[in-house]
Amino acid sequence: MAEASYPEDLKYHPEHDWARIDGGEATLGITWYAQDSLGEVVFFEGPEIGSEVTKDQPYAEVESVKAVSDVVAPVSGEVIAVNDSLSDAPEAINADPYETGWLIKIRLSDPSEADSLMDAAAYAASLE
Amino acid sequence: MAGYTPATDPERAEMLARIGVDSIDDLFEQIPADIRLDRPLDLEDGMSESEVYRLLAGFADTNLDAERIPSFLGAGMYDHYVPAIVDAIVSRSEFLTPYTPYQPEVSQGGLQVMFEFQTAMSEITGLPVSNAGLYEGPSAAASAAYLAMGQTRRTGLVVSRGLHPHSRETLATHAVGFGATLVEVGMEGGLTSGEELEAAVTEETAAVFLQNPNFLGAVEDISALGEAVRAKGALLVVQVDPMTLGILRPPGECGADIAYGEGQPLGNRLDFGGPSFGFFCAKEEYIRKMPGRIAGETTDADGRRGFVLTLQTREQHIRREKATSNICTAQALNALAGMVHLAWLGKQGFVELGELMARRTAHARRLIGGLDGYELLHDAPVVREFAVRSERPVEEILPLGDEAHGPAPRLPVYPLGRDYPEYEDSFLVAVTENRSVDEIGWLAHMLEHGQAGWGEHIHDHDHEGNPVAGGVA
Amino acid sequence: MSGPTLTETPQQADRARTIYEKSVPGRRAAQLPPLGEGIEETPIEELIPANLLREKPAELPETSEPEIIRHYNRLSRRNFDLDTGFYPLGSCTMKYNPRLNERVAALPGHSKLHPATDPADAQGALQLMYLLQESLAEITGLPTVSLQPSAGSQGELAGLLLTRAYHADQGRNPTKVLTPDTAHGTNPASVTMAGYEVVKVATNEEGGVDVDDLRSKVDEDVACLMLTNPNTLGVFDENITEIAGLVHEAGGLLYYDGANLNAIMGQARPGDMGFDIVHVNLHKSFSQPHGGGGPGAGPIAVSGRVEPFIPRPQVIREEADGEVFYDLDYDRPKSIGRLRGFQGNFGVFVRSLAYILSLGGDGLAEASRLAVLNANYLKTRLSEGRAGKYLPVAFERHCMHEFVLSGAPMKKELGIKTLDLAKRLLDFGFHPPTVYFPLLVDEALMVEPVETEAKEHLDAFADAIEQILEEAESDPEIARNAPYTTPVRRLDEVGATRNPRIRQPQ
Repeated sequence: MAEASYPEDLKYHPEHDWARIDGGEATLGITWYAQDSLGEVVFFEGPEIGSEVTKDQPYAEVESVKAVSDVVAPVSGEVIAVNDSLSDAPEAINADPYETGWLIKIRLSDPSEADSLMDAAAYAASLE
Repeated sequence: MAGYTPATDPERAEMLARIGVDSIDDLFEQIPADIRLDRPLDLEDGMSESEVYRLLAGFADTNLDAERIPSFLGAGMYDHYVPAIVDAIVSRSEFLTPYTPYQPEVSQGGLQVMFEFQTAMSEITGLPVSNAGLYEGPSAAASAAYLAMGQTRRTGLVVSRGLHPHSRETLATHAVGFGATLVEVGMEGGLTSGEELEAAVTEETAAVFLQNPNFLGAVEDISALGEAVRAKGALLVVQVDPMTLGILRPPGECGADIAYGEGQPLGNRLDFGGPSFGFFCAKEEYIRKMPGRIAGETTDADGRRGFVLTLQTREQHIRREKATSNICTAQALNALAGMVHLAWLGKQGFVELGELMARRTAHARRLIGGLDGYELLHDAPVVREFAVRSERPVEEILPLGDEAHGPAPRLPVYPLGRDYPEYEDSFLVAVTENRSVDEIGWLAHMLEHGQAGWGEHIHDHDHEGNPVAGGVA
Repeated sequence: MSGPTLTETPQQADRARTIYEKSVPGRRAAQLPPLGEGIEETPIEELIPANLLREKPAELPETSEPEIIRHYNRLSRRNFDLDTGFYPLGSCTMKYNPRLNERVAALPGHSKLHPATDPADAQGALQLMYLLQESLAEITGLPTVSLQPSAGSQGELAGLLLTRAYHADQGRNPTKVLTPDTAHGTNPASVTMAGYEVVKVATNEEGGVDVDDLRSKVDEDVACLMLTNPNTLGVFDENITEIAGLVHEAGGLLYYDGANLNAIMGQARPGDMGFDIVHVNLHKSFSQPHGGGGPGAGPIAVSGRVEPFIPRPQVIREEADGEVFYDLDYDRPKSIGRLRGFQGNFGVFVRSLAYILSLGGDGLAEASRLAVLNANYLKTRLSEGRAGKYLPVAFERHCMHEFVLSGAPMKKELGIKTLDLAKRLLDFGFHPPTVYFPLLVDEALMVEPVETEAKEHLDAFADAIEQILEEAESDPEIARNAPYTTPVRRLDEVGATRNPRIRQPQ
């Protein structure tokens, strides 16, 4: 994805992570800005299914050739899926950070946490 | 004074003028006066090249090196024959004087050597992943422990008493920092006790360290010992002597997760203990947890084949406090020497050398084990080193001669007492391809008869290393 | 695996082939000595049980000796090296490697001496080590030196384990180590391996330690502060005495990373600044060749209160009845133990002592003075013209032996990054400076010209940078696609990391 984009249907964390809330579950990933700063992603290793992620705490790392970046959980919950296709094709995180480049899905432990996240406009403004 | 510096007085004046200061001292003004050294360093004045040469050659002359006396010393470093092409290649400026290959476009030579080295080490250990080299053998044990602890999230290290004492002590030193606990497993008949090992390995064990051949020279049954390790989910780590892998089953075929070792026998000088290189090989699943540099193959902007340092996010300059290791040295020049030696031996020569060592060692073992006053410490199979027990105290059999010609040299065998109080009456004998049948006979004679004729195999050499007539005897 | 392209000559294509690909079944180089009279060719299975033996030989190359030497000679030509050209790699001290040192290290009395030789038969080697210990003690201003650590990073770890042992001996167990944010990556990595937690200290506007920030972080839980002085910005920290006082008052130790010792030999000594532990990189200030990434050595010098804990064995000098004897002392009950096998990288010690003897005390001091002169001269040259405009100095003051430029204006105004400048320098026959370090400076270039470089090389380097910037003003694409004249062009590091190919396919 060559141009910056921040979809309206997502919630954003200041550490450049997004959450797509769907009832009691959420899909998590990193934003266009995060993947652009990192450069071409070469490696992603997700947490184990069944493990817990905690809001504002790192749960995984993404690597480019010369940088490692913590991925921070925008909301808390139990990991119910990890995007396995990224182990063979981590470049999806660059090419399509919001769809095929998603990282994990969780079952929310406290859905109200999402209220503290930014909407697309606020996040885009924070990058100015 | 030889400063190797080119700046003449007029040049200095011109440079200072350009900078805009009056003297070099002005540039040091940022160092507060109270910590400036207000006197010259208390060292000798600089010497001419020929004076330095004479002084250091004089030091060298007082050392009883392996060209002056047939050395049966081993214990991790061995007097192998290093082919002349090794010296020729490693002394080339293009290999000797660059830094780490940070600019791959102008470092293809060094990077390709790393790739070839990784392939060779992977082949001889039977493990798919190799790094480009570590400092040396025993400290590679610490690297293996760090990997295993990170991998298993456990803190226990179980160590065979057959592991090199320097490796055991190095592990103990590092364990304090790593927060690891060490348990030692004893020996039986020259081999690691399987029963003790099984009892020592628990659900808290991160790794089990074995050595093959072990410090007493005995070939261990790694596969059999490894069963207890696997059952508890610990990593099996084996320190190997690379020169024996021409004939011994490689650790990768014995279930080892990691194999590491001292690379000196491959193309490196004895150098009184270093520099040499360490090697570190592992199963595929540990590729992103490896310590040290790794070279990888790729292509350039025009599609040509090339090599780069790869998987660098493991390393300290990127991952900093979370790095897989603090090591940023590959001992590249020493690893190159190892690679050239391996290429020179080649596929067949590597096997033949292993066989030659095993046969000569068997001969020496038979001969010395049969001497009056001596017996074998163990009768387990060996490749190029074995342990002998003496009726007389080892300290008594070592000095050769009556000191009439100055201090008497010591018989170059390795006394076990310092490292193994329980084997205070024993010593190790190492036999490489450099030790002839005659020299083995000389050793047997010395052990049996003591001083008589001790000077027969002692040689002198001039400063260029050429043997000269006569000798210290 | 990519084959040769049409633009490549057959010889170029050959150079990228590995020794494995040149292997021909049946070829060989080694001729081993005969087994010897009276030794039987016993089948190996009779000596060692078959289940412990290798079933098939390892795949090593099958090559003749002439092919081996040609292969590696050709590979060598694909390396840039210090003997061929200017190598101003910041923080690496790429000074001339005297060939005398190689000659004395190769003498059989040194190179063929087994490390387990009885000390009585290795007096020359032990005396040499003792002399080096004493010399480094004088240069660093600390009483005791252990030569054992294999490299700077191992010296760091040794120093931190000494710190731990020192505190433990006093019944204390502090948990934190302070490092400035300009520190080398090895510092925090070593801190973790020693079981400590890294706490970063900020840098002030002059490029030194932010003393107020330090004050707010120093407490009884601080085991030590690790510092390089001059630091990685080439700046000497004038507040060092105050900094030392703050850390010492809280019970902590001061650790000196000797990476930049080449600036201050004979001018100032870490011991006099208040440091307790120093590691010295013999492959930097003391001329051991870098070997394409090792070997080196990282001896440590320590103060009296840390001395009981140093690694063993230690080389000692004993005198009885007028006879001097050098020995290895293992009887050090408070020692942290060993960090490696045997006594350390002796071959490196021979070279470094030869260097110290050649220069002498005055010569070492002069080397540092000229290193600082060269650095300031080159910094001045690069503050003029286009370099001054596009590559400003990160800290505007006299530097010590190295200095840091920022490529940020160049990136903004010319659209070329520090990496592009570095790659274009290769076409001019220069090894680029250290790039993107220290992290504190945006688009950093760290330049260390060393004392053994003649003025004309510094001038030529400054001229090349001027020319590259001028060229970029009209066509930035030239630098962006550089280099053009090197054995290979920019390499696909992303591909190499995504699909690691780290050995010859089986």
